[in-house]
Amino acid sequence: MAAEHTFPDSAARLAAGAAAVPEEFQPEKMSLSMGPSHPSTHGVLRLQLEIDGETVTKADPVIGYLHRGDEKIAENMTYNQFVPYTDRLDYLAPLANNMAYAIAVERLAGVKVPPRCEAIRVITAEMARISSHLMGLGAFGLDVGAWTVLLYSLEEREKLYKLFEELTGARFTTSYTRIGGVTRDIPEGWLGRVGAFCDQFLPILEETLRLLTRNKIFMDRTVGVGVISKADALAYGLTGPNLRGSGVGLDLRKDKPYSGYENYEFDVPVGTTGDCYDRYLVRGEEMRQSVRIIRQVIARFPEGPWYATDARRIFAPPKDKVLTSMEELIQNFMIVTEGPQIPAGEVYFEAENPKGVLGFYIVSKGGGVPYRLKIRSPSFCNLSIVPKVCTGCLISDVVAVLGSLDFVMGECDR
Amino acid sequence: MSAEFLAALRSRFPQAVDRASADHPAVNVPLAEVGAVLKFLRDEQAFDLLMDVTAIDWAEGANPRFTVVYHLLSTTRAGSYIRVAAPCGGMDEAPVAPSVTGLWPGANWHERECYDMFGIRFEGHPDLRRILMWDGYPYHPLRKEFPLAGIETALPGADVAEETGTQVVAAPMAGGPFVASSGEMNLSEAEPRAKDESWSDRVAQPGQTPLRQVKE
Repeated sequence: MAAEHTFPDSAARLAAGAAAVPEEFQPEKMSLSMGPSHPSTHGVLRLQLEIDGETVTKADPVIGYLHRGDEKIAENMTYNQFVPYTDRLDYLAPLANNMAYAIAVERLAGVKVPPRCEAIRVITAEMARISSHLMGLGAFGLDVGAWTVLLYSLEEREKLYKLFEELTGARFTTSYTRIGGVTRDIPEGWLGRVGAFCDQFLPILEETLRLLTRNKIFMDRTVGVGVISKADALAYGLTGPNLRGSGVGLDLRKDKPYSGYENYEFDVPVGTTGDCYDRYLVRGEEMRQSVRIIRQVIARFPEGPWYATDARRIFAPPKDKVLTSMEELIQNFMIVTEGPQIPAGEVYFEAENPKGVLGFYIVSKGGGVPYRLKIRSPSFCNLSIVPKVCTGCLISDVVAVLGSLDFVMGECDR
Repeated sequence: MSAEFLAALRSRFPQAVDRASADHPAVNVPLAEVGAVLKFLRDEQAFDLLMDVTAIDWAEGANPRFTVVYHLLSTTRAGSYIRVAAPCGGMDEAPVAPSVTGLWPGANWHERECYDMFGIRFEGHPDLRRILMWDGYPYHPLRKEFPLAGIETALPGADVAEETGTQVVAAPMAGGPFVASSGEMNLSEAEPRAKDESWSDRVAQPGQTPLRQVKE
């Protein structure tokens, strides 16, 4: 009698193989379209799920809803004109994207920017990392049912955006770098305000993390969920906190330093099991490390020029010179109309962005326009592991996995 | 450091020749060798991360027209990159390349993107569908002959298109990206915004009275 009424639960049935179940109990698999407009898919990702009860048997991400053809557009405009398009890749950390793109083109041109410019870029990139992780953390908490974290993190992010606005003139779409430098030097007293932000931020960060780190509900939803092994993480090309959460300590700021990162001391947090909880912990620690880097940059902020003064065919001269001197006027005109003159060749540069490794592969035939520009976006690669991780999960775990992968569709679809 | 694995690669694959590069070590290999070279680099030279697979279109009439490019990174040998490039086989219209999804499952989406954007067929790929454009889209947008403004096509959903009789209309170029090389074209042609006065209150918009009367 007992055997007749025992219904194996769906997870066990999946493990045993559906064929072992008598035909009258064979469930019908249901197809569920999650997204492209769904609060947990963080933008316009659509997951085509095949579910058996609550268990996901197949997950197929459908991307491209935000495809704007950035790579095609790049082939038709000058190098500096493309900077605003990089804002819109990972729109939660535009300053980091600006920097990655500028360094890629500078490597191709052989331009070396002065230490002050490098320091400005490092400090803005780390602030962008904090703001991006704050949003990732808040949204992740929201996905698994913790409202409060978002309120705390958005307030801190707002303070950062005030600083960004003061520096660049915009909160979101900063377009701050130019090939060979940045648009303007830092305003007076700005470093002091960044330092003050760091001082008040650390205690609030601890308080925010304390809401989650030992939270029973949060741990139940994330510990042991969405485990990505080291081998899988490497095989699928995961990068950033997702790769480090799985125990691979790859951080390009350490392993292939750029923009003077070798001058600063910081640790690279690494996870052990590779579950959603580890990825959360890694992001939390990275914010503390970013504050550490920012403080070091402020402590020894270099004096001197903030753009490559010797790159006369690449970086436009200061405006007061343009308006008063013929030579500089012509130089400015040539750079604006024909673009910075970049020699022929090809370059591949990757920067450690908040979401992972952002790469630019640029092929130039010379002149002011790239022949081919490929954007290697971290969210695109990080999402490609979703079919593997989500198969066998419960639907509610899919939400946790997506939240922990922390992707941005603007960058994934380009 | 970089010379070691390059020397090892060249002694194993004599067909691999140096590729001009401004930054990382780079090699050109014949298309047939791509799988073997990448496997060698992964298994014996510790290049364990496939960062990127992409292609370059050298425009119509070039031979070979397409080049596939792979970027590998080693996580154990800090910050070591290598670039492997191979000319695509097949005709201009239907280029082919071998799939490396067997070595790195992560190559799956990169190769799908390459197929979507350039039309390169990766042989041995388990599921070669479009990824960014919709299934059934008739063009490969990153090919050089594809216009920047796009081409009018049918709506993705056939049933919706039948009901509504609508089309996907190409984006207008007004205000779009422009590039002017000196002597090639005149600036007001290259910058369509110069002639577009739809924003101006001098020109009456349909169904709207002008905000400000200008005495001509």
